[in-house]
Formats: sequence, C-alpha cells, structure tokens
Amino acid sequence: MARYILWRVLQAIPVLIGTTFLIYFMVFAMPGNPLLALFGDRTPNPALLERLEEQYHLNEPFLVQYWYYLSGIFQGDFGTSFTGEPTTEILARTFPVTIRLAVLALIIQGVLGILVGLVSGLRKGKFFDSSALAVSLLLISLPIFVIAFLAQYVFGIELGWARTTVGSGAPWADLILPAFVLASVSFAQIVRLTRASVIETKSLDFVRTAYGKGLGRNRVVPVHILRNSLIPVTTYLGTDFGVLLVGATVTEGIFNVPGVGRTLFQAILRGEGPTVVSFVTVMVLIYLVVNLVIDLLYAVLDPRIRYVK
Amino acid sequence: MSSNTEGRKPTHFVAPPEDTPLAEIDTVSIDEKPSNLWRDAWRDLRVRPMFWISAALILLVSTAALFPYLFTLTPPNSECFLSNSNGGPTDGHPLGFTKLGCDVYSRIIHGASTSISVGFIVVFITTVLGLLAGSISGFYGGWLDAVISRIGDIFFSIPYILAAVVVMSVLSAYRSVWVISLAIGLFAWPVVARVLRSEILRVKASDFVTAAEALGVSRFKILVQHVLPNSIAPVIVITTISLASAIVAEATLSFLGVGLPSTTMSWGNDISAAQVDLRTNPQTLIYPSIALSITVFAFIMLGEVLRDALDPKARALR
Repeated sequence: MARYILWRVLQAIPVLIGTTFLIYFMVFAMPGNPLLALFGDRTPNPALLERLEEQYHLNEPFLVQYWYYLSGIFQGDFGTSFTGEPTTEILARTFPVTIRLAVLALIIQGVLGILVGLVSGLRKGKFFDSSALAVSLLLISLPIFVIAFLAQYVFGIELGWARTTVGSGAPWADLILPAFVLASVSFAQIVRLTRASVIETKSLDFVRTAYGKGLGRNRVVPVHILRNSLIPVTTYLGTDFGVLLVGATVTEGIFNVPGVGRTLFQAILRGEGPTVVSFVTVMVLIYLVVNLVIDLLYAVLDPRIRYVK
Repeated sequence: MSSNTEGRKPTHFVAPPEDTPLAEIDTVSIDEKPSNLWRDAWRDLRVRPMFWISAALILLVSTAALFPYLFTLTPPNSECFLSNSNGGPTDGHPLGFTKLGCDVYSRIIHGASTSISVGFIVVFITTVLGLLAGSISGFYGGWLDAVISRIGDIFFSIPYILAAVVVMSVLSAYRSVWVISLAIGLFAWPVVARVLRSEILRVKASDFVTAAEALGVSRFKILVQHVLPNSIAPVIVITTISLASAIVAEATLSFLGVGLPSTTMSWGNDISAAQVDLRTNPQTLIYPSIALSITVFAFIMLGEVLRDALDPKARALR
C-alpha cells in the first residue's frame, strides 16, 4: 500500500510541474509589458519601471522567473488579485461555498442518475428506457449556460419556485437550483454507466442463483444487482467531484453563487489577466490533488487496484 | 438432374453442391465484395432513423453555414434600427429583434458558419495531433511512448475550458475563429491520442500484424496499411463527439467574453448579449440557444449511432 501511494504521488509530480509550466509559459508569452498596464495612459518614469521590473523579477530569463513562481506556489503564494487581496484569502472565503455546491450537485446526480439508470437497465428496450436515453441525450446536447438560463427562466421567473440568484451567505435552499443545473451535465453519463452495468450484472450467474434460491425482486435488485453494478459508477462519481469543483465557473457566474467559480468568472469579465491565471492555476492544482486523493481512496477500498500498474 | 450426372466420372461419391438443396443455402459468390467493418456499419446505419435525422440536421446547419443567403436576405449586422429594439416578430422577421434592433433569425443563420468552422478546425487539429501522438506512442512504444503519454497527461489534466480561458486571455488582441480553434484544439487532442493508442496496442497483437512482419513488410507500412485502418473506428466516434464539444466550448468562451469579438457573428455572443434581458425578453436568448443545442445534438447523435454501428459491444446494449 505504502509503495502504491509513493508511486502514485511520484507520478503526479511531473504532471503538476508540467501544468504550472504550461500556464506560466502562456502568461510569459503574453504580448506587452504587464507593468505598463499599471500606469494607464501615462508614460512611466524609466527608473521606476526598472525598479519594478527588478522587484517582480521581470528582467530575469524565463526559467528563472518560472522558478520564482513555482517556489512561490509551494510556499502557498499564488499571487494577489487586482484589488490587492491575496489569492489564498479569496480562496478561503469562496472555496467552502463551492464545496457545498459541488457536494449538493454530486448527491443530486448520484441519486437521480443511479435510480434512472437502474430502472432503465432492468427494463432494457422498454418505454422508460428509451425515454430516459432520449432525455439524457438531450441534456448532453444542451450547453450548461443554456440549461442555467432555462432553469432560471422556468423555475425562477415563470414558476417562482426558486430565487434566480443566490443570496448572501449562500443558504442551502438557494443552492438547490444551481446544484441541479450543475448535476445535469454528468447525469446522462451516470445513467448510461449504471444502465450498462446493470444490464451486464443482471445476466450473471449469481443473480440467477439468487432468484433460484427463491429470493424476491425486492431483495435481488438492491442487494445483488445494484450493489455489484455500482463499481464503475462510484469511480466516475469520484473523478467527477474534481470536475464539479473546478467546472462551476459558468453556473456560479450565472446564479451569482459567491464561490471560486464566480470569482474567476468576474475576473474574466473584467479582463484581469493575472487574477485569471492565478485562479486557473489554483483550480488545476485542486483538480489534480482531488483526483490523486480519490485514486488513493480507491486503492484503500479496492485492493485489486493496488496491483494493477 | 439426370442430364447433370451423365458423363461424370465414377470417382464422385458426394453429390455435387449444385444438385443438393445446400446449393441455395450455401452459395458463396466469388464476385461479391467481402464483408468488412465499414460495410457492416453502413448496413446497420442506413436503417436507423437517428442516423438520418442527425445527418439531415448536420446538412441543414452546414448549408446555412456555407450559403446563409439561401435562408435569409436580411443582413445580420446592418439594417439594425434601435426603434426595433427587443421587438417581437413582424412580417419578414419571424423571430423578432435583438436589443440593438437586429434581425434574430438572420443572426442565427449567419452565426452557423462560426460554430461549424470552429468545430471542423478543432477536429482537424485534434485529429492531426492525436493521430501523430497516438500512433507513435502506441505503435513504436518505448521511451517515446512514456514521454508522449506524460505530455498528453499534462494537457489532459487542465480542464479544457479553463485552459482555453487562459490562452484566450493571453491572446486577447488576436481573437479570431482560428485562434479560438487553436486554443480549444491544443487541449482536446490527448483524448484522441489516448483512444488511438489503446486501440493500436490491441490491434498490434493481432495475427495479421505478425504475418505482415513475417513477410518482411516495413514497420511504417505495417502501421499505415494494417494497423491504422483497423484502429481508426473509435477515433472517428470520439472525433464526432469532440466536434460537438468544440462547438459548445466556443459558445461558452464567447459567452464568457473571452471568445470571439462581439463583432463576429456567434451564437455564444448573441446568448451572452441577450442574458441581461432574460426577464423581459427571453426569446432573443432562447432562439440562438435552440440553434446551438440542435447543432450540438446532431453531432452527438451522429457520434452515438456511429459508436453503435462500429462497436459490436455497444450494439448489445441497445
């Protein structure tokens, strides 16, 4: 086990370094002097410019600059936003909200997706199955901002069931609608995975044995079929948690959820390049770390994984 | 029958096939073309309504992209009058007007070319990069495989909307259809490469590859003539679906305001511009959304039927 963890962590390091390098390289390649932007239309004093360049290591070669940036990241320094607030402080304020939204979405998509997938798989080729497949195909085709606006319009404006934007403090009740929108993206995938897995499991010998022993559907379906069909689904749900944490930019922006995604969304809208980059870096790191943790958790849960290289 | 057996040598002790009922069941026509994956797939596809619906939709959107004036004579950008701002449908303007008083229908028709071109350019980029990376790492293996796979991991582990956001903020001065396609394609190719790599690894172990090696066919020729044609099917499926996601990505980036400049006709831009009036004037947002969704739906549906047709395992789940 310890060897597996070590191997998996070591494997993550080049990817971590590679991604930060890639992002930093893109920023470095950005045309124009970032310092000039600080001065607006005025021509800066060359001496001041020189001092600032020295302070921010802008006169060093690319690799040296990258080294400063990388060591900053490992010391928890992700830079500051345009308003002067350190990125880490913004994160501390916004990340809990994003986590709550992601957990809610994960629960919604997990419960609904597995239920629909189970019924579809048991009734393969029947009306419920084909309509569930059609609905999931439709949901995949709708871009998330379209779903978000539709939800806002139908449930927020026409029916008045929910508020179109999230209030201050982001109460759970306000997060339900955005969580449904967020959940709709992976819903189809979970339905399909569960369905395929249920279809495969229900024809296996042990299910026939269970029925042969005289067990009723009420026991065979949840205990024998569902439990054994859930392995690929839980794997998917795990990796999807990382996606939900970083993929909520558009949804959070539209519903005004005060999370990490909205902060990024607003920085993009205001054209704050450096803030965007530091947030993207943080989100990519979060995504990688969450994936790593989930991989390790699986190795704890399922011993087979440890031996598969 | 008797005329047939006449004059036959007595060594025949089995009835010739043409004399038995087997003749009708067992006829093998030498002239008939051999069945293969593509012929089977086509036989499967042509009876599926989903295939024809998606093909028709794709044809329709592509026609609108290539020849917008077949569908509307109203120019999308000029002839906008603020007096028509957010107006409802009138004669000759079936879907009403945008906030700036432009014809919604005309803007939708003219927006098609942006989505379609981004989709195809991205697919071109991802296919070229994916084919190169996938075949080198899958077929030649070794340290090249390790290096290419790790590079792919790096590009793969950055969620690709976020990556495109960074690229587009960096290149904010050069926003165009080509640049946005490059930004999306640069981070979408590892998917193609991974699928192709695992497929090549599977095909490489086949007997016909060993046979070709034994015959002394060169490595490169084996790759191009034997391995690639047999591993390309899943790539085609994933490519069709990635075309749909590229269209969504462009719309999302334009919606976020880091995509195409607002002067370029794009469904994402129109949706973005209409969002402030969702409460009072939802139709200017809904119509471009419908156009976008139908286009994406068509490509995803095509990908699905292709997957069913090309992968016998997927067919069993149907």
